[in-house]
This record gives sequence, structure tokens and C-alpha cells, in this order.
Amino acid sequence: MMPVILWTDALIFLLIAVGAAAAWYVRRREHLLLPWQRVAKSSVGMVSLLVLSLFLLVGLLDTLHYRVALPEKSNGQTVYSPEVLSAFDTLVSGLRGRIEKTYSAPLTAYLYAKESMERPDGKILRDYPRLKYGGAHLADPERELAGDVVKRALLGAAVGLLAALLLADGITRLYPAARKSRPLGAVFIAILIIAALIGAIANLASAYHVLGTDKVGQDVLYLSMKSIRTGLVIGTVTTLVMLPFALLLGVAAGYLRGWVDDVIQYVYTVLSSIPSVLLIAAAVLMMQVVIEMHADWFETSAARADVRLLCLCVILGVTSWTGLCRLLRGEALKLREMEYIQAAQAFGVSTFRILTRHIVPNVMHIVLISVVMDFSALVLAEAVLSYVGVGVDPSTISFGTMINAARLEMGRDPMVWWALASAFGFMLVLVLAANLFADAVRDAFDPRLNRMESAT
Amino acid sequence: MISYLVRRIFYAIPILIGVNLLTFALFFVVNTPDDMARIQLGIKRVTPEAIEKWKQQRGYDKPLLLNSAASGAGKITDTIFWQKSASMFVFDFGYSDDGRNISREIQTRMMPSLAIALPTFLVGLVVYVSFALLMTLFRGTALDITGVALCVLLMSVSGLFYIIGGQFMVSKLWHLVPISGYAGGLDSIKFVVLPIAIGVAGSIGSSGRWYRTIFLEEVGKDYVRTARAKGLSELRVLFRHVLKNAMIPILTGVVVVIPLLFMGSLLTESFFGIPGLGSYTIDAINSQDFSVVRAMVFLGSVLYIAGLILTDISYTIVDPRVRLQ
Repeated sequence: MMPVILWTDALIFLLIAVGAAAAWYVRRREHLLLPWQRVAKSSVGMVSLLVLSLFLLVGLLDTLHYRVALPEKSNGQTVYSPEVLSAFDTLVSGLRGRIEKTYSAPLTAYLYAKESMERPDGKILRDYPRLKYGGAHLADPERELAGDVVKRALLGAAVGLLAALLLADGITRLYPAARKSRPLGAVFIAILIIAALIGAIANLASAYHVLGTDKVGQDVLYLSMKSIRTGLVIGTVTTLVMLPFALLLGVAAGYLRGWVDDVIQYVYTVLSSIPSVLLIAAAVLMMQVVIEMHADWFETSAARADVRLLCLCVILGVTSWTGLCRLLRGEALKLREMEYIQAAQAFGVSTFRILTRHIVPNVMHIVLISVVMDFSALVLAEAVLSYVGVGVDPSTISFGTMINAARLEMGRDPMVWWALASAFGFMLVLVLAANLFADAVRDAFDPRLNRMESAT
Repeated sequence: MISYLVRRIFYAIPILIGVNLLTFALFFVVNTPDDMARIQLGIKRVTPEAIEKWKQQRGYDKPLLLNSAASGAGKITDTIFWQKSASMFVFDFGYSDDGRNISREIQTRMMPSLAIALPTFLVGLVVYVSFALLMTLFRGTALDITGVALCVLLMSVSGLFYIIGGQFMVSKLWHLVPISGYAGGLDSIKFVVLPIAIGVAGSIGSSGRWYRTIFLEEVGKDYVRTARAKGLSELRVLFRHVLKNAMIPILTGVVVVIPLLFMGSLLTESFFGIPGLGSYTIDAINSQDFSVVRAMVFLGSVLYIAGLILTDISYTIVDPRVRLQ
């Protein structure tokens, strides 16, 4: 086994390191901790954070990539399979490996399309064949299927509930104070529901395709969960690319004024005057040409798809920093007239130090609010861009590619609805949780909204 | 005011030059015309002669910025930059890969785009503002909270879902309107109703919430208290006072997009088969027709800047305190 660190993996690890460092820094400073404590008091915020962290967990597991060593060796050197797998793939290897022939509806034992089959008595019959894996343990699916599904779902939910209860009991024993906190009550109920749901789905998934299969027979549940990482990468890495531009240029333009301001304003006016979809499309088209012309740069197809994903993030970042930059410029213009900044200037503090010590910390709340607000917009944008044809690599599993593939099957009769529904469903839950969490963060951090509270 | 406008238009020129240089760098420097030819003709089996022919047909066989072989003004004018990029300033977009005149294509495709985008914009404006005013009227009550929750839910749904779902329900299940297509004149109504309805419904969540925030900000101000103290009814306060005073933030966000309505919507037009500029752009992206994409980028930024100027003018109409000098 050889660990593989793709470009986006490295950036995600960097992001986690930055996040951990920020958390450590904030923990020891009461004034920075205060708004986060307000977030922690919001039930909606905490429940959405719980859902988000589940998505994050799947995404992170899917980020630990490796390549399996092949059994045969060439010239004494180990040869690795060209296929790049992740820890998540290994965890759900059952889902990944059980590939049917073509479409099948959720929780069924039969294939979507009729086939000619030879009966034992030699007659040829056209009928729906049994699935290779889905419900294969049933002797007579038509009679047993419904009962078996209910039984498995209930059993799985019960095990999930039990596990959640044991976990909650353990936590309250360790931290008795947790019992009294109000938002934890909502979080506790949410944990119970989610645990029951996960238990039921996991137990069903061991014998069925819970969300059906797609055109080439892959499990839709597996595809939906793989899409999470792509969505998270686009939502977070784009921010990582955009932040330095927006923060540095915005603050510099607002504080320094003069020709620096003119140049920076000119650059962002030019960039923002091009409708963003068109600018992204133009840049992605050019990026595609570069990648196609240099196919030899990439060792595996996964590396190539990953570089495309990274480029998409960079392009989205470069085209989207202008909004935040304008906000920060305005805020810096306001701050530079404040007395404490003028005092710092009078004391002869260097410009660089004023920027980093006095201006940047005081615009961080704007940065944070806009980052969490942008996340959901980026996840939604990915699907649209993939439809337009300027999104991720067609081989990358993402909500956009899933919707794109499933859209063409709407015309079939009976309709193939499950792939489309699961992509939209997963996306809705992710984006809704992100939006609700963003609202909680905004309410806690926006100084205009909580002036009364901090005065008391 | 006239002198202000003239100055604003002059200010727009450096920005358009910036856009022009940016697109030139993107389309001709990042990838050379040779690369383009290879992508268009297929990477593997392509001869140098075929590339030369492709470039010659499209006028890409000239030097990028400076033609040292030519004499006089030809040194600058007989180049790719002059003929393909600078010429866009006089709206000469050249020819697309299938040999059609892009400028003429844009002219004929503007009307279908407008037939969808303009009604969507107007109906949307009325719907969103009244929805937001309703939420403001019942602010703090269960109705308002439900409305906001609904907004958050609606804005979390992918835009593709509205189009795919709406098309499926209305056209396929209920057979109310044709699935896609377009016709000129009055016949077009049955084709444009659904795209307009979906376009309005698609952004009711984000827009409704945005307008509500604007109105709530105004409702907290002193003049509203004065108006109530005079004994005006809440409805009158909202429509006569709050709505009028909220016009500046509303116009800031709304007027900018009016010129861009000409460009149509990429998604709606391609799903409903409307022969407008949006589907033109999508087709160009899919067939990698770079000259069309380049033209649309330039046209888009021209319209955006026109929108900014219109926004300034609209301020003077709604707020007599604003004077453009």
C-alpha cells in the first residue's frame, strides 16, 4: 500500500492545520471566545454543526488516499495499482464492490430492464432478472421483500439508538454539566434521530441498494457519499485560495489609499465587470486545453482529475474575491479614521504592524461571516457549472456529474428518478445545514445585531 | 448630469480595455492558436499542414501583438490582437467556428432571451417585494418566522432542481405547456410561461430574505416611529414610507442587472430550448467555440458597466437629494 497525497488532499490538511491553530488561539482569549459561545447557545446552529461535521467526517475519510500494491512485481520493484482508493472506499468496500448490470430501483431485488433468460426447461423467457447482490439472500422476493426490509430497518435503527444512548450516557457521566445545557437537548434528539437513520441505512445497505443503482450498476448511495468530498473541497479550498487576495488587497486598499487603492480598485472592477459564469467558463475552457495538451504531467487519472478540481477551485477563487475585497476595503476605510489607529500612527507604529495588529483582527468577523455564507453558494455552483460543461472532470464523482448523468434518463419509462433524487437530497441537506450554521455564526458575530447583548 | 454621464462613460473605457486585455491573455497567451487548432482537430492525428490551414481560415496565423513583417500601421493592425480583440470595441466580433457572423447572431438571439428574462425580472420584483413586505408587516410573529424558514429552505435547493422538477411536473405529468421550444410572436406565450414561473420561483428564497433585511433595517428608523405617531395605518407606513426609503438599497442591487437581461439565462434557455444568447453561450462552451465565448465575455462586461451607470441615474430619480456632478 502506498499513501497518495493529491493536491487537494494537501490543501485540506493545510486547512485543518489552520483551523486547529485558530481554534487553539481563540480558546485562550476570552473576547474571541465570546461570539463562539453565542453560537454554542443556538440550538439550530449546533444541530446544523452536527450534520455538517458528519459530512465533514465522510469527506475527510475520503481524503486519505492510497494505492494498493499489485501482487506481481516487475524487476523486484513493487508495482502499484493505477487506481487511487481512499479510506472511505475501504470502509464501504461492500457498497463499492457490489456492481449490478444496470439501473435498479431503491430497495428492490430485480433489475430495471427486462432480459431474455433461459428457464431450466429450455424455454426462453423475457422478464426482469434478479439482482446479483440486492436482495440476493431472499428465496422469493415478491413475498418476503417488504417484511425483510422493515425488519432490517427496525433492527438497524434499534442498534443505532442504543449506541447513541450509550454514548450520551458516557458523556453525561464524564461531564455532568452537559445535562443542564439547553441546546444540548436539541443536539441530543438530533443525535438519536441521525443514529437511528444511519443504523437503519447501514443495516439495509448490507443486503440492498438503498438508493438504487445507476446506469453502470454502481450503488447510488456510494456515489452520493463520494460526492460529498468534491462539494466540500470546492466550498473550502476556494475560500483558502480567495482569502489571501481579498484580505491583503482589501485592507491595503482601504488603509493605504492613494495609488495603491486606485490600482486595486481598477483590478477588481475589471474582474467583477465580467459576468462570473462567463469568466469562469472562459478560464476553465483554457485550463482544459492546457491539461489536454500536457496529458503526460499526470501519473494517474485520479491525479489528473484532482488537478482539474484544484484548478476549478483556483478559478472560482480568483473570480470571487472581489466581493469580499470591496467589503474589507470599505471597513478599512472606516477603521483608519478611528482614534486607536490614529494613536498608533502617532506613536510611530509601522504601517505593516498597524495593518496586521490593528486592522486585520478588526475585520476578521466580516471575513468569517462571508466565508461561511459563501460555502453553500459554492456547493450549489458546482452542480450548475458541471451542467454548463465547465465543472469538475467527468470522472470525478460529484453532485453535478450525478445530476448531469441522471438528467438524461428522465425520459425513460418507468422513470429513473432515484439518482437525481439522491443527488438533490444530499445536496439539500448539506447546503441547508451550511446555511443554518452560517446564520447562527452571523447572528453571533455581526456587531450590529448584538450590540445590546455585549453592553450588559 | 450630462457632463457626469460623459465622464462616467470615459471612466468605463479603461475598464473595458482591462477586460479586453484579460480575455486576450486568456484566449491567446495561455494557449497558443496552435494548441487551439490541435484541440479542435483532435490531438492525436493532426498534421502541421492541417493546423496551418485551420489557423489561416480563421485569421489566427498572424503574430500576436506586433507584426514586424508588415509596414507602417500594418505593424499593429495586422495582428491577432488588433483584429480579434481590439475590434470588439466597435462590436465587430468576427465569425464563429461554423462561419456565422457573431454580431448578427447576437442581434437575432437577443429577442428570445429578452422575452424570458424581462418578464422574469419584472414579475420577480413584484413577487419578492410583496412577499418581503408581508413578512415585514408580520415581523416577529409565527408567520414571519415561517416565512424566513421557508426562504432558507428554498434557497438551499439547487437551481437545477427547480428547472428539472418544474419541467417534469408541468410539462410531462400535467401536459400543460410544451416541454421545450420557442416560437415568435404571440405563439411564444405557451413556451415562455413555464421558464418565467420557474425563474421567479427559483430565487424567491434568497431574494425574499434580502428584501426583508432591507425593509427591517428601514422599519427600525425614527421616521417610521413618527409616521406611526401621526396615526398612519401600518400598511400605509410600509407602502408610503418604508418602501420609498428602501428604494436606494433596492435599486443598488436591481438596476445593475437590467442590461444583463439581454444575455439571458444559461440554464433556463438550454433546458427549455430557447434560441437566445444564453443557449448560444452554452453551445459555444460545449463545442469550444472560443470566439463566441470571447464575444460574450466582452458584451457581458459592457452591459454590466451600462448597468452601473443606469444605477447612478436611477438614484437621482428616486432620491432628489442625490445630484450627479
